[in-house]
Amino acid sequence: MLSTPALVLAIMLFGLGLIGLLSRRNILYMLLSLEIMLNAAALAFIAGGARWGQVDGEIMFLFILTLAAAEVSVALGIVLQLSHRFRTLDADAFCELKG
Amino acid sequence: MLSLLWLIPVLPLAGFLLLALCGGRLSRYQIAWVGCGSVGTAAVTTALVAAGFFCTFPDQESYRQTLWNWIDTAGMTVGISWYLDALSLLMVAVITGIGFLIHLYSAEYMAHDDGYARFFAYMNLFVSAMLTLVLADNLLLLYLGWEGVGLCSYLLIGFWYREPEYGTAAQKAFIVTRIGDTAFAIGLFILFTQLTSLSIQEVQSRAVEAWPVGSNPAMIVAVLFLIGAVGKSAQLPLQVWLPDAMAGPTPVSALIHAATMVTAGVYLIARMHYLFALAPMVQEVIAVLGLVTLLLAASSAVVQTDIKRVLAYSTMSQIGYMFLALGVGAWSAALFHFLTHSCFKALLFLAAGSVIHSLHHEQDIFKMGGLRKQLPWTFWTFLIGAAAMSGVPLITSGFYSKDWILWSVWSSPLSHQWIWFGAVFGAMLTGLYSFRLIFRVFFGEVRTMPTGEPGLAMRGPLVVLAFLAITVGFLEMPHTLGHVTLFSDYLSHALPATDLLPDMDEGSEAREQLAVTVAALLGIGLAALLFLPGSLLATRWADQSPVLPSMTLLQGGWGFDRLYDRLFVRPWFTLTRHPHDMLDRGYEWLAVCAESCHGWMSLTQTGHVRWYAATITVGTLILLGLFAL
Repeated sequence: MLSTPALVLAIMLFGLGLIGLLSRRNILYMLLSLEIMLNAAALAFIAGGARWGQVDGEIMFLFILTLAAAEVSVALGIVLQLSHRFRTLDADAFCELKG
Repeated sequence: MLSLLWLIPVLPLAGFLLLALCGGRLSRYQIAWVGCGSVGTAAVTTALVAAGFFCTFPDQESYRQTLWNWIDTAGMTVGISWYLDALSLLMVAVITGIGFLIHLYSAEYMAHDDGYARFFAYMNLFVSAMLTLVLADNLLLLYLGWEGVGLCSYLLIGFWYREPEYGTAAQKAFIVTRIGDTAFAIGLFILFTQLTSLSIQEVQSRAVEAWPVGSNPAMIVAVLFLIGAVGKSAQLPLQVWLPDAMAGPTPVSALIHAATMVTAGVYLIARMHYLFALAPMVQEVIAVLGLVTLLLAASSAVVQTDIKRVLAYSTMSQIGYMFLALGVGAWSAALFHFLTHSCFKALLFLAAGSVIHSLHHEQDIFKMGGLRKQLPWTFWTFLIGAAAMSGVPLITSGFYSKDWILWSVWSSPLSHQWIWFGAVFGAMLTGLYSFRLIFRVFFGEVRTMPTGEPGLAMRGPLVVLAFLAITVGFLEMPHTLGHVTLFSDYLSHALPATDLLPDMDEGSEAREQLAVTVAALLGIGLAALLFLPGSLLATRWADQSPVLPSMTLLQGGWGFDRLYDRLFVRPWFTLTRHPHDMLDRGYEWLAVCAESCHGWMSLTQTGHVRWYAATITVGTLILLGLFAL
């Protein structure tokens, strides 16, 4: 079946994205990693839709695509503001909200 | 016309709401109109209702009006319903009539006070609550009014809240009466569990059916109701709040602490008279309490130096007479003394207010004197009030009401000879302290120059009340003098008649009256001898007044304040101030736990976004692992 390698690929992509998110300190790279994780999840939906022969998976993919676009536009705005204020893109520098 | 009954308590309530909600936007003129007008229209409505009531009176003895159901649960129906009979009509007439006069007086007396709207709002609320109390058809509604008047008393005693001691006096009044109110509430609970009703009429028929004379539940409920009445009416042993309550403005003392609220206890006992008839021992206790209170208060009144405190102690003493009358079963006599007392005591307070007003809030009688020429209106009205209080024979109302009480005490089978002797001694003390005030304040040399007579709004109520203080007594005259029985005939439709011993005739009544008259005149004569400037003893004591050790005891009201301070207040404060409270330990441990947990949790809030991502990942993995297992 086609779905099994696709799922393995999705898991690998998700793992890579997660590692990138946790290890990179540059906030732009963290956003990139987030996109990879989102696409991995979308790929898993496509694989599921193909496995059961239903359109739901593809619909979910479209949703995730829209969500990713919206998320990126908001996130890039925040990144712009952060770089204006802090003159850096280091995520560890933005730690003023301590409990 | 009877159907207008619901308007009587509602009108002052409407006045209160109007003043409380938009009193700040009204001018002083408008505030006075709203404040006096609401009570005035209530008085006019009372007159209309009374006219309707008397049209059918002897045939139809009572009228009931239900507005709506207040509480309706399984086995308990309590309505907002009014009950009008001879007793409540009398109370309503006094509350609205004298209440209106006092409101009119306050319009001028309080004219320069900052809290003008607040004052009238509280006063209107008080009148509304008091009317609820006396018109209530069931005991729960009565209790609502009972608590309402307590609240207004607190608010008005502490009216000048910027003085800390006035606030303390207000709290004292509230807390001490609360002891009585709690007992009253427990009495209501017991009454309801035993008889499954709170309607006054139903309770009456069921109690008489279910409880034999002297049975335990009747005794317990009667005792609890008595404690409630004692707290409200400032009788022994809960009397300590009334002298301090004089901290409020003088019209408040006249309305709440002389004419109406403090007599609520008398009303309660008269309303529940069948209950006390079922508990004869409790009724004896009422008589003894009344007697002891009237003697203690009268003796304290003789040595007070503050004009309002003299009147406060005299109020306690006169209510002691009412309790004495209730205790010997002379229900109508107690209510008659209530009627005359509310006229002459309101008059005395208002006249005293006029004196205080014109002397720039001076209340010490040793700094007054010679005001007879300067304030003739005030002098004559005060003189009439004092004469009525001391029971000057034939011409004053106080004579007829006090004489009726003392005659009942003499001739009732429920009484004893020594109670009568005590009460007659009290009558002598009444004459002594009333005329001590007259001689100190209005005779002798001028010590403080007054600003002049008060205006028409203050003088008018004084004259009307002085007229009433004389004429109200003619409603009821004894066998030996005219034999008028208008009042007792009227009240006989609501209250049972007084039992008399069989061997009482007019001869013994005349001898008894002579003794009472002599006692009152003796008191006045003694006052003239001791306090009239220029008299023998007054000149001898002018330089050094004899300070007896008993005087300080009397001035402090027989040391009850100090006793309660030692017994209750101080131990309680010591207990609360103890640093190592056992109970607090448990709660402290809880607080420490919560604090340390909070410390640990806040460690995770580092502000690093990658740390959050990592914790979310780990948490999700753990949850997935748990589901997989």
